[in-house]
Amino acid sequence: MNILSTLSHRLASFFHRSQIREEMDEELGSHIAHRADDLERGGISRAEAERRARIELGGREKYKEQMHATLGGNFTAIAVQDVRFAVRVLGKSAGFTIAAVLTLALAIGANAVVFAVLNALILRPLNVPDSGSLYTLEHGAKDQSTSYPDYLDLRERNRSFEDLTAYIMAPVGLDTGNNPSQAWTYEVTGNYFDALHIQPYLGRFFHSADEHGPNSAPYLVIGYAFWHTHFQDDRGVVGRVVQLNKHPFTILGVAPPEFHGTLLFFSPDLWVPMVDQEQVQGLRVLNDRGQREIYMVLGHVKPGMTEAQAIADLNSVGAYLEKTYPKDDAYMTFSLSRPSLAGDLLGPGVKGFMAGMMLLSALILLAACANLGSLFAARAADRSREVALRLALGSSRKRILRGVFTEAVLISLAGGAVGLLGSVFLLRALSTWKPAPQFPIFVPVNPDAKVYLVALLLALASGFLFGAVPVRQILRTNPYEVVKAGSTGMVAGHTGRRVTLRDLLLVVQIAICAVLVTSSLVAVRGLVRSMHSNFGFEPQDALVVDTTLSMAGYNGDRVIPMQRSMIDALKTIPGVKSVGLVSQIPLGGGGWTENVFRDQTRDLRPSNAAAKVQEFRISPEYFHAAGTSLLQGRALSWQDDKNAPPVAVINQMFARRVFGSAGNALGKSYKMEDGTRVQVVGIAEEGKYYQLTEDPKPAMFLSFLQMPTNSTALVVRTDGDMGRDEAQLATAIRSALRNLDDSLPLNIQTWTQGLDIAMFPSHVATVALGVLGMMGAMLSITGIFGMAAYSVSKRMRELGIRMALGAQRREVLGAALGRAVKLLAIGSAAGLVLGILASRVLAFIVYQATPRDPLVLGGVVLAMALLGLLATWIPAQRALRVNPLILLREE
Amino acid sequence: MGDQAQLLPGTLDLLILRAVSLGPLHGYGILLRIGQISDNALLIEQGALYPGLFRLVRQGLLKASWGTSDNNRRAKFYELTAPGRKRLREETASWNRLATAIGAALAPQPEEA
Repeated sequence: MNILSTLSHRLASFFHRSQIREEMDEELGSHIAHRADDLERGGISRAEAERRARIELGGREKYKEQMHATLGGNFTAIAVQDVRFAVRVLGKSAGFTIAAVLTLALAIGANAVVFAVLNALILRPLNVPDSGSLYTLEHGAKDQSTSYPDYLDLRERNRSFEDLTAYIMAPVGLDTGNNPSQAWTYEVTGNYFDALHIQPYLGRFFHSADEHGPNSAPYLVIGYAFWHTHFQDDRGVVGRVVQLNKHPFTILGVAPPEFHGTLLFFSPDLWVPMVDQEQVQGLRVLNDRGQREIYMVLGHVKPGMTEAQAIADLNSVGAYLEKTYPKDDAYMTFSLSRPSLAGDLLGPGVKGFMAGMMLLSALILLAACANLGSLFAARAADRSREVALRLALGSSRKRILRGVFTEAVLISLAGGAVGLLGSVFLLRALSTWKPAPQFPIFVPVNPDAKVYLVALLLALASGFLFGAVPVRQILRTNPYEVVKAGSTGMVAGHTGRRVTLRDLLLVVQIAICAVLVTSSLVAVRGLVRSMHSNFGFEPQDALVVDTTLSMAGYNGDRVIPMQRSMIDALKTIPGVKSVGLVSQIPLGGGGWTENVFRDQTRDLRPSNAAAKVQEFRISPEYFHAAGTSLLQGRALSWQDDKNAPPVAVINQMFARRVFGSAGNALGKSYKMEDGTRVQVVGIAEEGKYYQLTEDPKPAMFLSFLQMPTNSTALVVRTDGDMGRDEAQLATAIRSALRNLDDSLPLNIQTWTQGLDIAMFPSHVATVALGVLGMMGAMLSITGIFGMAAYSVSKRMRELGIRMALGAQRREVLGAALGRAVKLLAIGSAAGLVLGILASRVLAFIVYQATPRDPLVLGGVVLAMALLGLLATWIPAQRALRVNPLILLREE
Repeated sequence: MGDQAQLLPGTLDLLILRAVSLGPLHGYGILLRIGQISDNALLIEQGALYPGLFRLVRQGLLKASWGTSDNNRRAKFYELTAPGRKRLREETASWNRLATAIGAALAPQPEEA
């Protein structure tokens, strides 16, 4: 039955009640009249007959009450009574209530935040129509990249997708008047919006019919947020012509506000047709089957088609491609995944981390429940006289238990409400947070109905969980024993050596806390270690200027002269030691990989590749500017240009992987994908290129004079002491480059700031674990404190007698707190072992996460000892201040 | 009245169903009918009848309607419903089984003789 009909039923019986009551009266009256008729016939007066009849019938009210009980509708009335009583009782012990509500608020708030993020990242489908059937294609080893000709073949030859669309992410220079600035775009195939079933908010979208070969569709669609910030919601923007990379593009329309692209964490400002690639990216590789330039291919599986059928269909197309284009296509076995987290690229890591966080926050909630459970148990013990009296006066145990549960649920609901309120504020802030300003990262983690529901359920469940702790105690209460024992008496069972439920709860809670402390220490250590690890470059005292020359219309032969004059211009700035150019800054959030082949390999199909390597195109002074050490051979020079044979500096990993050893590699040659032979002239140290947690990868450094690059990062090394005039230097750099070309959008920041994107996962992990660890620690402190304070207060008399008999301070403390300390030790040990096991999970995110680190182990032990000291300090002081004389006289 | 037997718990419902099975009756009538068919051997608290009737109506075993009695007074009349008739049959059978079994158990055994 649904809630609404139950409610209306209850209401009806509520109003119906008076009518039923009247009928009962009438029926009983009728009975009396009939009985009186009989008695009257026996020869007594009518009045006397009625009197006797009434007496014979007995207590009318009692019978009516019984009939009401049959109705069963009393539940609501009793519940209201219970709630009012519980509120009065809780109000009397305000301190207890506030502590309990706050404890739960913290725990439920933490769970709500973690769940909301989990919901936004994993559970909530992408905000596009029919997102259930939308899949992204992955082939080989979870590779999403595809070449344009392969994409066309897949689109035309498959029979299982409604349509397939594809996109590439690229920065562009956008000039809407006199303000050239960088914007992020998805270069998409013409059918993009149609394939995704998206309708324009304003104007129109471009379609497949608009594409007529390279640079044939100079059209833009702008995102709603970008329209709001850059065009002030001007509806006249449709049809306007703006300069994109110095080419005129017409704004066709505005995307709807809820559409942020198909990647959860990368929302584009603009969409442009992929056929304009030459104007947008400054390169023209759409016809090259070997260039896997497309970031992602996605589409809706046809209704009625299963995932397996679609995969089988794609594989048959893949087999055809491998057979027809053996030089370019290999590993064309497909799988499908969800587009929102870039498929299986980020998916498993994010999912693993969120699952871990959910588990930890659930542990926090469990610890809070254990805490409140033991508080409730202690309260029940203190109230045992009240319970005994109520039992003696005829209350049922069921009714008393219901009272306890009502209190527990009231506290849990209040805690849930406060926690949820806090989490909503936190989530609002998180939604607007931009972790890396140079990327359009936008993750809306606003709570939805699901989050509220989960918080409510968690609150109720925890209420029943900790409310259940004192049940046994109340059921066992013997009113006679309790009343006899008197006010200062000890209720049997508290002084025994037996392990009580409360002890067990405390151990569990301390163990949970120790797990949290261990994992947060592991994360912090990992973060510190990763900051001081060898990146293969020196981020200190360097600035990075990031730009793409095509944004100001530089293409082909104009690129290298411009880059040379940029380098020259920056070198003249006072305080600059050296300037190096690199195509993609390492650990900057992007990177290129390319297959390389041994020199003797003839058949350059992908499956014959010797290694997949990170590719950097650099200027001769890059190593010097970046602080990368050259181990053997020579660096690149200005003579390694178009007229000289191609050369490269490779890293140790490359040398080992392809040539067997570093010594072996020098002077040898290898082949690139297009067959170019490259000679190794130097060996550089290994570094981190893409992620902090990555294993050493092979890398090659090619000359930007031989392999031109439009994407340009300039590393400006200063002569130290940069902290002081960092801003000044940035201004000088900006004006020097403006003098060369004022239409080139620039992104200038210190290299350390630039690393934020690479540090992001471990920062998040550290902060999240740190917060959870702190909460765990707080809960433990209150838990241990509660237990110690309670046991001291209960044993005041015993302690007084011990002191009177000459016990030393140490012995008194041992008697008062020994148990708490023992429990602390057991719990910590258990938690430490569990924490070490749990830290394996952390290795995904945290750099070199290992709990087998003396500093971590020592830290955990120290932290737990401190917690214990902190929590038992006040109870210990109280125990020591016991004055036997006063105490005994009071009796 | 000292020689009247106390009702076993749960048997009042059975007696009500039995009394009503002979034709529609009002509350007081049911009381008289039980007295009549049991030779006034059972002690029934008069008021206790009504919660029992109320319960049986809620369970759908009896149907109640207001009417006029032989004494020309307004009264609520009860009659058996089909589920009520079925219940009476089942309860009667199970009571008989129980009574036989208890009777056999309490009867003097041969070895006692």
